[in-house]
Parts: sequence; structure tokens; C-alpha cells
Amino acid sequence: MEFRTYSSPHLPGDDSVERLMRLVLLALIPGSLCAFWLYGWGVLLNILLAATAAMAGEAAMLMIRRRPVLPALLDGSALLTGVLLGLALPPLAPWWIPVIGSLFGIIIAKQLYGGLGYNPFNPAMAGYVVLLIAFPRELSLWPSTGHVLDLRDSLQLVFTGTLPDALSLDSITMATPLDAVKTQLGLSDTLSEIQTTPVFGSFAGAGWEWINLWFLLGGLWMLYRKVIDWQIPAGMLAGLSLMALIFYGINPDIYASPLFHDFSGAAMLGAFYIATDPVSASTTPRGRLYYGLGIGVLTHVIRTWGGYPDGVAFAVLLMNMAAPTLDYYTRPRVFGHSRH
Amino acid sequence: MVEQSDRRCLPLHDFNHLYRFHGGLVLPGRREQTLSSPVIPAGIPPLLVLPLLQHIGEPAEPMVKPGDYVHTGEQIARPVGTVSSPVHASGSGTVVAVEPRAVPHPSGLPADCIVIETDGRDQWLETGDEQPDYREMKPHALLERIRDAGIVGLGGAGFPTRMKLVSGKRGIDTLIINGAECEPYISCDEGLLLERAVEVIEGVRILQRILRPAACTIAVEDSMPGAEAALHEALETLQERDIGVSSIPTIYPTGGERQLIKVLTGCEVPSQGLPADIGIICQNVGTAAAIYRAVSRKEPLVSRIVTVTGRGVQAPCNLETRIGTPLRHLIETCGGYTPEVERLLIGGPMMGFAVNSDTVPVIKTTNCILAVSRGEMPAPPPAQPCIRCGKCTEVCPADLLPQQLYWFARSGNHDAAQDYDLFDCIECGCCAYVCPSHIPLVQYYRHAKTEIWERERQKKKSDLARQRHEARLARLERIRREREERMAKKKRVLAGDDSGVPDPKQAAIQAALERVRRKKEQAQVPPANTENLTPEQQQLIAAADRRRAAKNRDDEQAG
Repeated sequence: MEFRTYSSPHLPGDDSVERLMRLVLLALIPGSLCAFWLYGWGVLLNILLAATAAMAGEAAMLMIRRRPVLPALLDGSALLTGVLLGLALPPLAPWWIPVIGSLFGIIIAKQLYGGLGYNPFNPAMAGYVVLLIAFPRELSLWPSTGHVLDLRDSLQLVFTGTLPDALSLDSITMATPLDAVKTQLGLSDTLSEIQTTPVFGSFAGAGWEWINLWFLLGGLWMLYRKVIDWQIPAGMLAGLSLMALIFYGINPDIYASPLFHDFSGAAMLGAFYIATDPVSASTTPRGRLYYGLGIGVLTHVIRTWGGYPDGVAFAVLLMNMAAPTLDYYTRPRVFGHSRH
Repeated sequence: MVEQSDRRCLPLHDFNHLYRFHGGLVLPGRREQTLSSPVIPAGIPPLLVLPLLQHIGEPAEPMVKPGDYVHTGEQIARPVGTVSSPVHASGSGTVVAVEPRAVPHPSGLPADCIVIETDGRDQWLETGDEQPDYREMKPHALLERIRDAGIVGLGGAGFPTRMKLVSGKRGIDTLIINGAECEPYISCDEGLLLERAVEVIEGVRILQRILRPAACTIAVEDSMPGAEAALHEALETLQERDIGVSSIPTIYPTGGERQLIKVLTGCEVPSQGLPADIGIICQNVGTAAAIYRAVSRKEPLVSRIVTVTGRGVQAPCNLETRIGTPLRHLIETCGGYTPEVERLLIGGPMMGFAVNSDTVPVIKTTNCILAVSRGEMPAPPPAQPCIRCGKCTEVCPADLLPQQLYWFARSGNHDAAQDYDLFDCIECGCCAYVCPSHIPLVQYYRHAKTEIWERERQKKKSDLARQRHEARLARLERIRREREERMAKKKRVLAGDDSGVPDPKQAAIQAALERVRRKKEQAQVPPANTENLTPEQQQLIAAADRRRAAKNRDDEQAG
């Protein structure tokens, strides 16, 4: 009797890339629903458009590169890139914003480097930064809370760029809390004065505090399910909080509190879902901690002194560049070696 | 990064505090079936195939030829060199062949074997009736006995036990007896402990007599309460107080020597070193029992317990098996294959290797035969790209970075792979088990290791050739230089060229000529008895004087 021979180990594990991506997508649901509840249909349209463009771009590139299309599409990585980019974009942006961002992220930042596993930069953030630099006006179209458009108006705005007669773009948009703080501080207002304006909510930016809270809960669930490691989120939140704490301690009138920073903008989305993209992150346990810390510190620096209200995307891309070096210098001590 | 550290471990007499090694996996045990029945003797098959190499080291040298009758326990092959082990007939009968046969090795290549056609009588070699008492034997006599009985590590590595025991030249303070099973499915050690705990402990006592350790413990996994109870009972019966029993967490690969030492003592065996370097020796429970039989019953290693299991076999169980028994005989003893059988593994599901035929024999290191059914261990789906998720790093018991090693191995960057300590990989398979991209990581590492070994071999070879070539060139150059020097000297002498630096040789020759001349001058003493000479005599003298003068003149000219 002839038996088949394989290489060890023979006992198969039960994990898969699809499962990891699926769990990340599941963990995003509460925060996304919260954003939808606060900002309306635009949020879902962004996700839908970005995800569709990402999948289409991935499929087209795989075909051009003569790679098997279906297995790569089904691994969920392109879908996740699209969803993350969609969540990062302002809900009133025109339809081509998520499409261009997704296509750039997938085609240039991912597939041209060799596809999943070979991209040095986070595709979603690469797409986002391209949009931020190329289309700054469209990227500032955040709706004011309380002015939620219905589905018809949203579709009309996103696809035609027009609004019902009763509404103007100015009347339904509002600066984000991070943006407001930056502008007002520039006008020499103190933070205690700014905090009395409606951009502030219960403990951080209005609306954003709840989105961030739900993303935090989803992230903690991913930690519990061992989808991600604790090092990157902990490092990023520690870096951000520490920087905020130091400067808040120095002068609370011109530097926002750690609580404000942690629950504003893309802090939680970045810490648990974006920075944790394993392909472009550091891969050693210690390296991941430093990687997260770096993102946190850079985010604070860009938010406080940079030209943009939020800094997560730039911070992630900058630390992507540092990842190979971090990996090299943070190798663990090997069993039976005194040190490395 | 070679470490010659001399971090000796302090002896820990109680083993109360357990440590943990990094990573590892909690795997399903799947041992219930084989442990539900006692260890069954598998009997003697009609044909025994005994490979000459069943251990680490040099293959043994056959002492029999086809046609010879051999008794059970008779030595049929002698060790060659220090790291080697003899082979004994595991059944009585006639040697029918000494030839290459299929052996249990991952390569599938045949190797030299002694084949015995058994006579079914199991005639043991007469060894006399006296029962040796190990308490009265000197350690070196015990060591000789262990070597002569062909005992090697039965945990799987097969290192000659005597060599391992003498490796602790600087003294051993901790003796660890490994009763933790290597992998899921395998239950031969637990089966042994359940039934022959007393033999194991007697074997440990012999080891204690040889090594004189300050502390000694038998480690079993916490999933083996039966074995632990059996050990305690046996220790009670034997009134043994110097041997402890440690129950350790069942985390694969805790049965690995280095991992077990870490769990029990907190010490790490140096990367390039041996446990003996830090004062520890580790022996498998099966080895301990075999030592007892070898010393107290004068029984060489002719059998061992083998777990025959998996859903591909009808009635899984532990079998007391003669070394050299073909796998097929064991499967038949267990009721044959089930229709779903798909693969045959030797060893466990994590580190075992697949064989394509059941004609290969059980050897000293075979602890398990795993007949895998379809669906029991489905072949992994096609590998996807590595996403550097780091799950492999989390489970690696050697604290390596498997994802980085994979990159280097895949791209053929062997220098980087070695820099990332590829050779510290124990091939436990934890990384491949957790890999969400289903990459056969261990296969990549094995391939890289083999390539590096081959490269080293080639390098040694070319280094040697280069050395030879350079030596030859140097020799030719020396000969040429010497010849030229000789020629130049001759030329100088012929040309009478003494303007150069005074040659010591030339000076010596001149001095010698000077001495000769002086001698000759002194020789011209006034002639005696020259008075009263006849004219004829005077003429003769004058003639002789002329000749001498002429000769002297000639000589001087020649000089």
C-alpha cells in the first residue's frame, strides 16, 4: 500500500487570513453604525463606494498581473482597505473621492508592490493622504451634528454635487472638533473658551467622542479574540496620551487634554484598526510597541503644530518607513542565547 | 553568536516553582484510546529488519553473515567509534540478509540492515543465573553495561546514552527524567509509567548512582494524573525519598529537552551547548526502564513500547514491540487499517514524518505510528502570502522570528537566515500550525538548513583544495628560488668574482688552502742522513726534489 507523504506538521491549525479580516470587519460595525447615526447616509455611501472601488481595483490588477483573482479577493484584505478608507472620509464628499482614494491605495500602494504581504505602506492611509493633499476642500466636508440628510438628499449631493434649494453646503457643514481647536487657537482663544462652543461634547469633541468610544470597544473585543496584539494600540494611545499630558501639564490653555486627543478624530480607529495592519507595521513584539508609540507621538505633533487638523494618516505612513529598522533592532533574545 | 557561557544552574532540590518557556501550543491530546487498554505484546514477526544505524553517530558494523543462527539478545553488530551503539538480535532465528532496506527516515533512502527470519521460539542468549546488584557495581561498569546493551535515548533523538551520561565531566547536579510526552497522540511514556513505574524508578536509581546528582525529579504532564499516581505509589513501595515527581503544564513542546529543563529549573541550555554544560542531564522514562533491564536483568535493548494510533487503524493501542518489527505487523496486531486510511506517520502529528510504505521497521527511536484517516488531518489549503501578523513569533518556543526567517529562507538569503539564528529552530511546527496563511514554514527552514550545510561542505572542500594549491605553488617557488641561488653562486665562483660580499663558504675554503700551504712549508724540514752519499744517491735525491717542487707548483696553481 502506497501512502501519501507531506511535510510536518501534519496537524492543521484553524486560523486563516479570511477569518482575521472578517473579525476586524465585524469589530468595525459598532463604530460605523455610530458614525452613521451621527452623520447620516454619507458614511455608508463612502464605505460602499470605497469598498467597491477597492475590490474592483484589486481584481483588475490581479488579472493584469495574471494572478489567481478569486482567492485574493476572498481574503478580505481589499475589502478592509476600502472600509477603513470609507470611514476616514467626510460623509459629504463627492463620489469620486472614495473611488480615487481606494484605487490609489489598492493599485499604487498595494498591487504595484506585489499585492498582499508586500506593500510597505498602509494602502488605506496612502489613499487617504493622496486625497488630503490633492483635494483639501472636499476632505473638509464634515456635516454638522443635527443636520442629517436623508438618503435621497445624500445620494443627490454625493453623485451630483447639488443640494435641495433650502440647503446650502455651508449650512450643513461644520468644522470638526480638532479643526475647530486648531483654528480657534490660531485666533488666540484659550481652550477653556473653545470648550464652551458646541464642537465640544460630554468629554471630548461632540459626536466624535462616541464614535471613538465604539471603536475602542470593538478594538478591545479584537484584543480579546486575539485578532490583534496589544502592543500597537497600547503604544499608540500611550504615545498620544503622554505627549498630550506633558503639554497639557505645561499649559492647559493652549494644549488639549489627553482625553480630548484620545477621543477625537481617528485616534481609536487608528490605534486598533489602521496602525495594526500587520503587513506594513513592525513585526517584532518590542518593535510594535515602539511603532505604536511613534505613531502616537507623531499624531500629537502633527495635530498640535502641523498644518493638518488630524495626523494619524501621516504618522502611520512615517512609521511604516521606520518599521524595517525597528524590526532589525528589536529582535527578541533567542532561547539559549545570553543576548542579541 | 556562539556562546561559551558557563552559567551553571543552581540545583533546585524541590522543583516546587515551575517556570515557563515562551510560546508553545495547547493541543488536543487524543490519547484516550491508546490508554484505555494495557500495553499489549506485539509478538515476534516472521521477519525482523534491524538497521545498523538506529542512533545518532556512526552506523554499527555487522558481526553476522547470512546463514548464521542468532539468539534473542545476541549482539549482531558492534559499535564503531565512540558515538555509536551496538545492535542486538530482537528475536531468535537465521540471518537471511545483510543488505540495504527501506528504513524509517524522512529521506526514504534505503540503509544497511540485518534481516533475521525468526524461528518463533524466541531462544534467549544464555547469560547465567546470577542477578547483578547495581548497588554493588562501579559507575564505569554500569556505563559499560549501558553501552553494551545498545541503549540510546528512547525519547526520539537516539543519542547513545553512555555518551550522554559521560558528557557531564564537570559534574551533574540535576537529573531530570522526562515523562512528558512529545506530542499529541503519543502515549508510550504514559503507558510505560502506568504499568512499570517501578522499573523506571529502578532505572533512575542506576542513573543516580552513575551521576550522583544533588536533585532528581521525574516530570509528567498535568494531563497524566494516572502516571503521576503510579509514580507516587512506586516511590512509596520502594521507599524512595530522593526522587521527586513534577507535574508540568501540558503545553506543546514541553516534552522537548530544552523546554522541559526551562520549565523545571528556569535555566536555558546555551544555544550551542549541552544540558551537561549547565550541570543538568535529562533522560527519557523509557530509557530509564531500559537501563534497569540492561543492568539488573542483563537484557539488551530488544524491545520498546510503540503507540499505534490514529483513525486509520481499527484498534489503537500501545504495543510492546520488538525492535525491527515491520510497521505492517503492528497495524495487523491492532486489527488492520480502516478504509479511510490516508497517511502513515512515524512519530507524532507535529514533528513526525510520513512514510510511503508500511514495510519499514520499528527502530529504537520509534515512539509512535500514526495511521491518519482522510479528514483527520486535512492537507492545508494553498499557501497565501505572509501578512507578517506575528502569530508565529508568539508561539515560537525558541523565541525566533519565524516570519523573518521565512523571508530569508524563501529568498535564499542564507546569511541573514543564520544571523536570525535559523539553527536554533527545533522544527516543532508551532509556527506553521498557527499560520493564518497556511505557509509550510518548517519545510522552508529545513530546506534552508540543508542548503547551508551543503554550502558549508562545499566551502570546506574548496578551502581544502585552495590550501593544497597554495601550498604547491609555495613549494614550487621555493624550489625555483633555491636552484637560482645555487646557479648564481656557481657563476660567481667561476668568474672569480670576490668583489662582492665575502662569502663565508669561500672564506672557509681559503682558510683551508692556507692551512695546507703552511703544512707543506713546515714539511720542508732540512733533510737528515744526507752525509756520505754516493753520487747516484745524490742524483736520485735531486730528481725527487725536482719532482716535489714541480708538484707543489702544480698544486699551488690548481689552488
